[in-house]
Amino acid sequence: MSTASYPAPSPAVSPAPANDGSVHPVARHPHDATAPDVVRALREDGTLDPKNDPGLRTEEVLSLYRAMVRTRLLDERLVILQRQGRIGFHIGSLGEEATILGSAFAMRQNDWIFPCYREFSAALWRGMPLQRYIDNMFGNANDPVKGRQMPDHYTWKKGRFGSVSSPIGTQITQAVGFAWGAKVKREDTAVLVYFGEGATSSNEFHNGMNFAGVFKTPVVFMCRNNGWAISVPTERQTASENFAVKGEAYGIPGVRVDGNDLFAVVKVTRDAVARAARGEGPTIIEALTYRLSGHSTSDDPKVYRPEAGLDPWRRLDPIPRVRQYLERTAGWSEAQDKQIEAEIDAELKAAVVEAEKTAQPSLESMFEDVYAEMPWHLREQRDELLRGTRAKGHGQH
Amino acid sequence: MPQMNMVQAINDALRFEMRRDDRVVVLGEDVGKVGGVFRVTQGLFDEFGDDRVIDTPLSEGGIIGTAIGMALYGLVPVPEIQFSDFIFPAYDQIVSELAKYRYRSGGEYPAKLVIRTPVGGGIRGGHYHSQSPEAQFIHVAGLKVVCPSNPADAKGLLLSSIRDPDPVLFFEPKRIYRAAKGDVPDGDYMVPLGKASVVRQGNHVTLVTWGAMLYEALDAANQAAAQGIECEVIDLRTLWPLDIDTIIASVKKTGRVVVVHEAPKSCGLGGEIVALVNEKAFLHLEAPPRRVTGFDTPFPYTLEMEYLPLSHRILPAIIETARY
Repeated sequence: MSTASYPAPSPAVSPAPANDGSVHPVARHPHDATAPDVVRALREDGTLDPKNDPGLRTEEVLSLYRAMVRTRLLDERLVILQRQGRIGFHIGSLGEEATILGSAFAMRQNDWIFPCYREFSAALWRGMPLQRYIDNMFGNANDPVKGRQMPDHYTWKKGRFGSVSSPIGTQITQAVGFAWGAKVKREDTAVLVYFGEGATSSNEFHNGMNFAGVFKTPVVFMCRNNGWAISVPTERQTASENFAVKGEAYGIPGVRVDGNDLFAVVKVTRDAVARAARGEGPTIIEALTYRLSGHSTSDDPKVYRPEAGLDPWRRLDPIPRVRQYLERTAGWSEAQDKQIEAEIDAELKAAVVEAEKTAQPSLESMFEDVYAEMPWHLREQRDELLRGTRAKGHGQH
Repeated sequence: MPQMNMVQAINDALRFEMRRDDRVVVLGEDVGKVGGVFRVTQGLFDEFGDDRVIDTPLSEGGIIGTAIGMALYGLVPVPEIQFSDFIFPAYDQIVSELAKYRYRSGGEYPAKLVIRTPVGGGIRGGHYHSQSPEAQFIHVAGLKVVCPSNPADAKGLLLSSIRDPDPVLFFEPKRIYRAAKGDVPDGDYMVPLGKASVVRQGNHVTLVTWGAMLYEALDAANQAAAQGIECEVIDLRTLWPLDIDTIIASVKKTGRVVVVHEAPKSCGLGGEIVALVNEKAFLHLEAPPRRVTGFDTPFPYTLEMEYLPLSHRILPAIIETARY
């Protein structure tokens, strides 16, 4: 599905009823994106609420819009490549482009990003070449992590972008410690850490929030409330009113934002970074967005989620909303959409061709980087492997 | 050369390194004003302040997770876990994150910490203050595991651990924290990681051990000597990566090996050492390798001296192995 196939945002978006509204009078489901406490900037007519306008220049909006479209097209293509058996896995961000790119954009050059695993667009925004990302999807010899992790578990240190782990929430305490390091060294560096609302049930969320609150570390907690943790809905993650309110227990201000509103996400993230830079400590942002796709290519959301529930979210799709703004302010046209889609398509095709041509990592490389220097037992095991016969299927991705 | 106990020697190493390298920070529960429940960090708070000697919230997972972040930022954190029994809330951060960072990031993000923690029994601590979980970390690719048995080694190995590029678990045998005394070199003093020490020479049986059980092994070796059996006693010092060359050279000389450790027997490091001896020196063996260890039970309180592999249990194993 390409961006062009999404319907334009409806002028009258009515939130769908919360799944469990009778029990919880205040919905914490992302259907609540239009609730009065949720920061929004982009109005339904494509104009900006001056109160929350982050004051982006047109070229900045254009560049973010292009990045959002690129993210969407990448997501769609990677799912196809997985279905074709050419890559093993993809975990996408369909529908969450504004949350991820808006917040990554709002960080300053010297700030760092600690990712969850759904934020490849933030890594690309931070300068990771598309080719390296696609190499990671194929786990080839040019993969930044040398084919050692699943697809979508990349790293990009040059772009001050951390390392992706599969366990939920582990990056949260690490981000807090990293920011704490900056504070100890009295350097002006803030850290943006991403996690889903499911991660708020993890030890690490509690540990990270508690340490950050106590030590006032310069961290921005970005909770992507995308409605689902695999098949478990938001209502099953917490009995709190919402996720931003959890900050209160740790002495951390919480803010809710329409995560499908690029401008509002930029605004609240910038405010949180400014707060961190003033030495006032962490902020938790709950971005109300929606995972339009499954959790990953290994997941079939039809089993647990009625397709009809997607309708309001298709109307709130962040990409047509920015396009509507650009149509109004910069005369953006359908033809320009077609042009960037064609450019991105060509870029992606070339990257896939290149990645498929690239060899697997060497056998020896399996034993490297376990320790700084290879100890005797790994040298022995490496040599044994090299002397032996090869596994069937070696050479395939 | 000053005489010190283990606590003083470790404190001396931390103070030396904190003065030398201002990236070194100590964090944990009670490590600040009180100087740790065993007083290992005593005085550091007064000298280095609360930016570098940090009393944290009561959360092992939080301590290790944030310490990893500090390390990624460029600090050299030395977190303390108050008892090694309490390390398990941080287990995921240690095994899934810390141990894997260098590998999983293709070498981009080496994360390096030295986790100090008191280990072992014999202090009437019961189940939650006496365990020896080293094997559970040795099994994890990416970690180094160290366990000193005397004050000089404690200082030298700790300084090596802090300067080593890999994450290190530094197990401090608390039973001998104050009982083991000795000369400790002043100033900068390093004992290399991965090198065992041959504490006693002998031709009849090789005893391999570490930590507090070294003294039990030496006691048993002295008793065996009275019966004409000379043991070669090896103190591993670094448990992983193992100094396999020293072990194999000794077994080739003696043809007999007994491994002694406090941890439960099954899947303990003793089993790995026996397997390696079989792989590398089978034709030199004159007797089946033996293990004298803790039992595969939880650590008991009242019967702890029956649980520990003390010299009265080691001596018969030496004699049976020697006379096999």
